[in-house]
Amino acid sequence: MAPDSSAAVPAPRPAAARAESSAMKRFARRRSTIAFLMTLPLILVIGGLVAWPAGYAIYLSMLNRRQTAFIGLENFDILLENETFQSVIWQSCFFAITAVLLKALVGFWLAHMLHHVPARGQKMWRGMLLVPWVIPPALSTLGWWWMFDPSYSSINYLINAIGFPSVPWLGEPWWARISVIIVNVWYGAPFFMIMYLAALKSVPDQLYEAAAIDGATGWQGLRHITLPMMQNIISITVLFSLIVTFANYDIVRVLTNGGPRDLTQVFASYAFQVGVLSGNIPRGAAVSLFMFPLLAIIAFFVLRGVNKRTKEMA
Amino acid sequence: MAQVSLRKIVKEYEGGVQAVKGIDLEIADHEFVVLVGPSGCGKSTTLRMIAGLEEISGGEIDIGGAVVNDVPPRDRDIAMVFQNYALYPHMSVRENMAFGLMLRKFPKAEIDRRVNEAARILDIGVLLDRKPKALSGGQRQRVAMGRAIVRDPKVFLFDEPLSNLDAKLRVQMRTEIKKVHQTVRTTTIYVTHDQVEAMTLADRVVVMNHGVIEQVGPPQELYHHPRTRFVAGFIGSPAMNFIPAKVEARGAGLVLLLPQGTELAVPEHRVARYQPYAGKSVTFGIRPEHLTDTQNVNKPHVAFLTLTPEVIEPMGMETLAHIKLEGAEVCARLDPLVEAAPGVPLPLAADMNNMHLIDDATGLVI
Ligand SMILES: Nc1ncnc2c1ncn2[C@@H]1O[C@H](COP(=O)(O)OP(=O)(O)OP(=O)(O)O)[C@@H](O)[C@H]1O
Ligand SMILES: [Mg+2]
Repeated sequence: MAPDSSAAVPAPRPAAARAESSAMKRFARRRSTIAFLMTLPLILVIGGLVAWPAGYAIYLSMLNRRQTAFIGLENFDILLENETFQSVIWQSCFFAITAVLLKALVGFWLAHMLHHVPARGQKMWRGMLLVPWVIPPALSTLGWWWMFDPSYSSINYLINAIGFPSVPWLGEPWWARISVIIVNVWYGAPFFMIMYLAALKSVPDQLYEAAAIDGATGWQGLRHITLPMMQNIISITVLFSLIVTFANYDIVRVLTNGGPRDLTQVFASYAFQVGVLSGNIPRGAAVSLFMFPLLAIIAFFVLRGVNKRTKEMA
Repeated sequence: MAQVSLRKIVKEYEGGVQAVKGIDLEIADHEFVVLVGPSGCGKSTTLRMIAGLEEISGGEIDIGGAVVNDVPPRDRDIAMVFQNYALYPHMSVRENMAFGLMLRKFPKAEIDRRVNEAARILDIGVLLDRKPKALSGGQRQRVAMGRAIVRDPKVFLFDEPLSNLDAKLRVQMRTEIKKVHQTVRTTTIYVTHDQVEAMTLADRVVVMNHGVIEQVGPPQELYHHPRTRFVAGFIGSPAMNFIPAKVEARGAGLVLLLPQGTELAVPEHRVARYQPYAGKSVTFGIRPEHLTDTQNVNKPHVAFLTLTPEVIEPMGMETLAHIKLEGAEVCARLDPLVEAAPGVPLPLAADMNNMHLIDDATGLVI
C-alpha cells in the first residue's frame, strides 16, 4: 500500500460493512429504482387486469371444448373452414371499417361546423351533440330498435309521409347491416367530433393567414394545413375507434341479435354465441382473438408514425 | 412590383372601436415604407387590411392600379412575414418556401430555381431539408423571408418581423432585410414599434398614433423637422427634451424663459416665426444631442446654461446626464471626457439652431 493512501483508509472491517450499506442506499436512491417503485402499482394493475386475462384468453383458445386437452391452433383451423365464421369475418371488417370511416367523416364535419360557431353558441351545440355518446349504448340502441321496428317504425312513418315505401330496416340483410352501422355512427361520431374540435382549435390561425396569402383556397387550406396538422389526432382516433368497433357487441346484440340468418354477426356477438350460448368457451375465445394480431400490427405502425411526427413537429 | 395607395382607410371593430381613422398614404413602386408608432396605434390593423386579412370598414386600397377592397388575400399577389414567422410546422424549409408557388402551379424546375436562388440570397441552403422545429429563431426568420422572396410578389408586408429576436440578432437581421430589399427592390411595407428600425430601414417613415398618421417623411426630415410634439418625442433616442418655457421680447429679439430662470436667446432667423408667441407659454423642445457640454462649441447661436444633474450615465462613447427641472426631465449628451458628477452644477450649451417650439394648445411644432 502506498504510504499516502494508507493514511486515508480506515480499518478494513468497518469499511467493508459501510460500503455494503451505502451501496444499498445508492441503489435505492437511483432515479431508475425510484421510478420503478413508483410505477409498480400501475404495473400490477395492468398485469392483473390486462396481461393476465389476455394471456388466459390465448391459453383458453388452444384448449378443446371441455378444456381437458391442449389442441394448439385447431380451433382457429376449424373456424376458418366454417362458412358462418367466414361471413362473420367479412361482416366484421365491413362493419368496422365503414363505421369508423363514417364516424371520422361525420365527426370531422361536425367539428368543422362547430369550430366556426361563435364561442357562446358553441358550448351549447357541443353539449347537445355529445348526448349520443353519453347515453349508455344498450339503452339508446333499444330506442333505435323501436324506431326501426317493422310495425311501429317512426322512421318509416316519416318516409311514408313524404311518399316513399317502408324500409325493412332489420328484416333484410343489407338494410340490417346499414342499420347497425347507422346506430354505431350515431353513437361514436361525437367522440370524433370532440377530439377533432380540440385538434382544430390547436392549429394557429396565423398558419391559415399565411396560407391564404400564399394563395390557398379554403379547400387547399384544409388539405395542406388542417389535415396534416391533425394527422396525429386522426390516426390515433381512427386506430382507437377501429379497435373498439371491432370489439363492438351491444349494438348488434340489441338491434339484430346477429340476424337475419347470422348475417350481421360480428366477432364479439359471434364469440358470445359460440362461447356462452353454445357452450364452447375455447372456440369463443378463438373467435374473439381472431383480429388481435392484425390490429396489433396496425397499432404498431400507426403509433410509430405518430411518434415520428411528434418528434419532428411539436 | 407595384405602387400602393390607401385612400381614407377606416377600420372599425365590433363595438364601435375605431382602430384606424381614415388614413391616406401613397407608396411608390420599389419604395420601403415603415409604419411606426406606439403599441395599439393601428399599425398591424393597417397592414392586415392591405394584406386582405382584415375587412376594410371604409375607404379604398389600391395595389398596382386596381382597387383590392373585395379581392381575397390569395389574389392580391402580396407576401407577408409574420412576427412569429408562421412557418408550416409539418413542411420542410424547402416545402415551406415552395408552397405558394406549388399552389400557383409553377413548373417544378422553376420552383426549384427560385427556392435555390432565395436560399442563396439568405444563406440558408444547408437548411432546406429541415423542419422548422429544428431551426433557430434567426434561421426561422430567414425562412419566412425566403417564403416571401420566392413568390416575387407585388408587395412585401412585414409585421414586426424582428421583435422575437434577441438584440444582437435583431441588428444583424435588420441589415439583412435592407440588403434583401436592395437586391430584389420589391415595394415593402414594414411595421415596427421600434423607431431605430424605422429610421435605419425606411425610405419614408409613417408615424402613426391613435389610428391616424402624424407625419410621413424620410427619416432625416422626421428627425430634423417633426411636425407635432408626438413625432418630436417619438423619433430619436434618447427622446427629445420638453421643457415648459415662456417666450419674451428682449429688444428686437426674443428669449426663452426657462422655469428656473435661465434665459436662452432665440436665433435671429427664427424671431419672425416665433414673434406671434411673444408673452405666451410654450414647450421648448431640444434633443439631448443638442444639449451638450461646453467644450468645442464654436457654432453660432449657442446658448449657455448651468444645470445640476441628478444621475450620470457613462455609455462609453458618450455620457448621459439626467437633470430634473420643474415640470420636466432633461437629458444631455456629454463628451465622455467631461467631468460630471451628480449634484454638481454643470455648464451646458444648447444649440438653438436645432431648437423646437411647440404650441401647447394644438400640439403642433411652431
Ligand atoms: N379583433 C379586434 N377587436 C377589437 N379591437 C381590436 C381588435 N384587434 C385590434 N383591436 C384594437 O385596435 C387597435 C389597434 O390594434 P393594432 O393591432 O393595429 O395595434 P398595433 O399598432 O399593431 O400595436 P402593437 O405594436 O402592439 O402590435 C388597438 O387598440 C386594439 O385594441
Ligand atoms: Mg401589431
